[in-house]
Amino acid sequence: MSYEVAILSLIVFLPSLGALGLLLVPRDKVEAIRLITLAVTLAVFALTVYVAIPADDGEASIRFEMGQAAMQNVFNIPWIPSFNIYYFMGMDGISFPLVILTTFLSVLSFWASWSVKTQVKGFCILFLLLETGMLGVFLALDFFLFYIFWEVMLLPMYFLIGVWGGPRREYAAIKFFLYTLLGSVFMLIAILMLYFASDLRQLDEPQLAAAHVANVDEVLTAKQAAAEGAEMHTFNLLALMQMGQHTDLFDAPLLFGYSLQWWAFLLLFIGFVIKVPVVPLHTWLPDAHVEAPTPISMILAGVLLKMGGYGIIRICYPICPDAGFDLAYLVCGIGVLSMVYGAFAAMAQTDFKRLVAYSSVSHMGYVVLGLGVWSAWAPTNFDWRYWSMGVNGAMFQMIGHGVSSAGMFFMVGVIYDRVHHRNLNEFGGLFRRMPLYAGLAVPIFFAGLGLPGLCGFIGEVFVTLSVWNYSHVLAVIAASVVILTAGYILWAIQRVYLGPEYKGPHGDALTPITLREQAIAWPLIVFAILFGVYPRCVFDYMTPTINAQVQELAEWTRDVKTPRLAAEKAAEEAAAAKSADQDRPSRPVAEKQDGTVGQLSLVAPTDTGAPAATPAARAVSAERAAPLALARAVD
Amino acid sequence: MTFPELVNSFFANTLDLSIPVFMPEIVLSGTIVLMLLVRIFQREPRFDVAWLALIGSAVALYYACPLFGAPDLKQFMQDHPTAETFTGLLIHDGISAHFRTLLLVFLVLFIIFTKLSGIPDRIDAPDFFTLVLGGVVGMCLMVASNHLFMMFLGIEMASLPSYVLSGHLKGRRKSSEAAIKYAVFGAGTAGVMLYGISLIAGATGSLHLPTIATQLSTMLGDGTLVGGRLAAVILGGLMLSVGIAFKLSAVPFHFWCPDVFEGASAEVNAYLSIASKAAAAAILVRVAFGFSHLPPPVPETEPVAAHAVEVADAPKLLLVSTAAAKKAPDSNLMLVADGDANGAEAAKPADTLAPVRGFIAGLIGVIAALTCTFGNLAAYGQTNIKRLMAYSAIGHAGYMMMPVSAGLVMLADSPTDAKTAVASVAFYAIVYLFMNLMAFSLIAFIRNSIRSEEIADYAGLIRSCPILVVCFTMTLISLIGLPFFAGFVAKFAVFASLAQAGLYGLLVVAGLNTAVSLFYYIRVVKVMCIDPEPESRLPVYVPFLPSMYVVAVTVPVVVLGLWWNELNEWVQMAANTLVF
Repeated sequence: MSYEVAILSLIVFLPSLGALGLLLVPRDKVEAIRLITLAVTLAVFALTVYVAIPADDGEASIRFEMGQAAMQNVFNIPWIPSFNIYYFMGMDGISFPLVILTTFLSVLSFWASWSVKTQVKGFCILFLLLETGMLGVFLALDFFLFYIFWEVMLLPMYFLIGVWGGPRREYAAIKFFLYTLLGSVFMLIAILMLYFASDLRQLDEPQLAAAHVANVDEVLTAKQAAAEGAEMHTFNLLALMQMGQHTDLFDAPLLFGYSLQWWAFLLLFIGFVIKVPVVPLHTWLPDAHVEAPTPISMILAGVLLKMGGYGIIRICYPICPDAGFDLAYLVCGIGVLSMVYGAFAAMAQTDFKRLVAYSSVSHMGYVVLGLGVWSAWAPTNFDWRYWSMGVNGAMFQMIGHGVSSAGMFFMVGVIYDRVHHRNLNEFGGLFRRMPLYAGLAVPIFFAGLGLPGLCGFIGEVFVTLSVWNYSHVLAVIAASVVILTAGYILWAIQRVYLGPEYKGPHGDALTPITLREQAIAWPLIVFAILFGVYPRCVFDYMTPTINAQVQELAEWTRDVKTPRLAAEKAAEEAAAAKSADQDRPSRPVAEKQDGTVGQLSLVAPTDTGAPAATPAARAVSAERAAPLALARAVD
Repeated sequence: MTFPELVNSFFANTLDLSIPVFMPEIVLSGTIVLMLLVRIFQREPRFDVAWLALIGSAVALYYACPLFGAPDLKQFMQDHPTAETFTGLLIHDGISAHFRTLLLVFLVLFIIFTKLSGIPDRIDAPDFFTLVLGGVVGMCLMVASNHLFMMFLGIEMASLPSYVLSGHLKGRRKSSEAAIKYAVFGAGTAGVMLYGISLIAGATGSLHLPTIATQLSTMLGDGTLVGGRLAAVILGGLMLSVGIAFKLSAVPFHFWCPDVFEGASAEVNAYLSIASKAAAAAILVRVAFGFSHLPPPVPETEPVAAHAVEVADAPKLLLVSTAAAKKAPDSNLMLVADGDANGAEAAKPADTLAPVRGFIAGLIGVIAALTCTFGNLAAYGQTNIKRLMAYSAIGHAGYMMMPVSAGLVMLADSPTDAKTAVASVAFYAIVYLFMNLMAFSLIAFIRNSIRSEEIADYAGLIRSCPILVVCFTMTLISLIGLPFFAGFVAKFAVFASLAQAGLYGLLVVAGLNTAVSLFYYIRVVKVMCIDPEPESRLPVYVPFLPSMYVVAVTVPVVVLGLWWNELNEWVQMAANTLVF
């Protein structure tokens, strides 16, 4: 028990401790500062690898147990008991691969930051703080704790872009900060909505145990007492999942006839997809990437973007399944839109880094699409496997893209360090000038392209295949994006690496790739190939958890959602037949929440307004069912 | 009750009940007298009265602060239970104990701060500290007032020294301008507020808040609160809110704030933005909740009811006021009040004060949203750090007002949640104390070094004094409300109470404002950390002790962001002693 606390806390906070330690080192000892930082990132990476390597350590093992779907190495300690906030962490197949990706990329990208020459001490401290934030996000299981870590990343990132970035760094940094902050404000509102709607007393004992609730006894006593108005709110993500799937706590109508969880899903989704980013909200990304120094671009593309996807799969769908089901078409549509738009935008770029940035937008669209293809519904007889294929593909795409995009940004950084420009039209002939570098870069770009046998392929093909079962139109579009991707990547390779000779500025600076740079490139290439030919080394970690979650949601669709939709439809038809008779909503609504959650604004007379809104709610939810019918017709 | 009995019970009430909980104010008043005496008997200023003020306020803190006087607030409240003191003029409960402690903690830190920053000098010190301590006595009365008259007295006692303090930098045009502007504005609002108080007195027959609530409830119950009387109550309430909004620097009574902040010294700014604002927030809680809940059934040992006499005088007063206020009430406001009345009555038939509550909650909510938005938008264009902090103070006043609205909305159905909302105001005030004290102390120390308060002159400051700039950056981030700093927790508590009350409109306004406020706070950070140092600037040097002071007041900003359980329990306890 305490072992887990120690190891997980160490993984998260060792970088911060390192940052504190760096404060004591004099600022002119640059090399020492760099080595200490590298050592810290290596130590964290070693810790996670230790946890990852399968071994039989007996009872006190903190090794990650492959094949187990549930949370592992969980601990739950009171932090702010007066607000039901816990220091609650754990890992499962969804979070653990991302943790390893984070620690791995931290080592590599820090190694790549030897090119940072000014104010090295500040850079290292902020880098380590950033690593704490990233790891904390993936390991936190308390919503409040999650939010803290989510926000903790903002400030180091702002400075890392704003101080060490390119010419328009201040603009890019504030844009990044503002977009993300806006998203997290929405997230905070959703967190509070869910918190005040939650009630631990609605869960039974096995559910409480599954959610690792710390104060089970207290909850059970309160359950017996069944006092009015003594709800036991919680930030426990696992408990919120249980409530979302097994109770109707989040179904109370809130605004404009939509339920609380519909709004919560929307707010959380906006908060997460800003980070992903998807198309209407992506404009911060190219700016941030272009201005950020190379190592920060690697972290940004490799890890930070994955947090959005992680949030959607960990929080949005399991906690608000009803809204997730209703909005699935929106999620998929946004994913496909990002894929297409990102690919076209990438094709139009002349800045090498901007091209890679837009390719990230396009590739992350696969992630959103794969997470959203809720094909476990009546037309497929609630077969969960296609959806789970999509989610697995999305998760794999996150890992694969973490490797390939970090690699691509690194490769751009290598030549930028030499010739100090990124204009695609002024490159050419690098194969002749820097053969080894070009030989290393091309496989990485092919991985980004999604060439079979490399890491980008697996995720894309899984996602595309799974979409077929959900919507043929989207599947066709998603599949054709591969052509666009091939277009812009091949064109970029042609303009940069092929051609007779380099004619741009600083031609004499094109020195061969150094050993340090090779040492960063090789692991990325090795993993890009390994994940491409032996994807099981990733799938083995994550599939059990993902399948279990998808299966649960599929069962929920069968047992809860479909009868609910049928009931709504029946009620709709009955109402249409009678066209006058209006009764209470068929959906079970907790009466007492009507007053507390249903208040619209300051002092508006909501109590009179609420009953009037409920028939509208039903009408709207019938409307929302329309895309389903449409999709079915396409089927 | 015969006259001797009345006198006896008056003495018993004063000596046994009131004086023990009034010790801090007495000590402060004694210190003021001592300081003035020192000034009289000392021709040359050999002795710095700052020390005297420091000792006096520390002793006052000892009596006020439950941390020192008793093991904790719970124990303190057990020793001195919630009670009306001085025949109902003041009230002693957890909230007054909390805010008084806060004010005195601030006072002690503030005197150390002024000692380090050198304003005031030794010659001015007696005047300066007399005014400061006198103002704090007024604020202590404000936070404990249970009677509109006491409230007015407290506000004026706190305001008058503020006017003088803002003109304390003698011979500076801006300073004098600030003082005169502040005084004129303050006098105007004081007059309006007094008029409002008299209208309320006329309509309800009392100034004692619980009695007013009882009267309003009775009148609403039997349908006699109509026509002129209703107009008088509404107009009186609005006029009263003018005075409170002025103290809180809430829109549209905020105009004094930026000018005064720019003209006055950073030390005085700290005093105005922290102590004055905390007291104003407390009085907002007192008045808003005082009007809108019925006092509990008569306790066994009721103090001599001075207000009973006033009730008898009611008709006479009424004659005066109805003539003055025969104006049709605002139809919108009535709509709001009626709507809420319908809702609340359905749930709880006996709840006659629901319209009052709805009216006040709506008023506060709208003003809070406006204040917050305006403050944050206007701060964007500022080039002077003190003006920026002034607008930031306006913005934060908005955040501080929001939970009051939420608490009123929840009052009828769940008094416990309403108390939590009040607790979030108390929490915010503490966090705001440390954030603003840190900011203004840094501004003062930097001013001592570079003689400038322009943001542009802070450029590249991180290269000359990295530790201070890191502290200031943390404080500014905390003012935005980002984790893991105390400002986030304070905002989180405010947001939580809004979400709990279901005020999603206000919640979204507050959330968007957080994003807006990012711009101007982060701009200061950017100037300090990213911009290059100007060549023309004097060398920046902050001595060791002031630097240590800045670091010391930054520590709570960080620590309270991570370990706020104890403080949260403390404010919960303080709010729990409120009588709903």
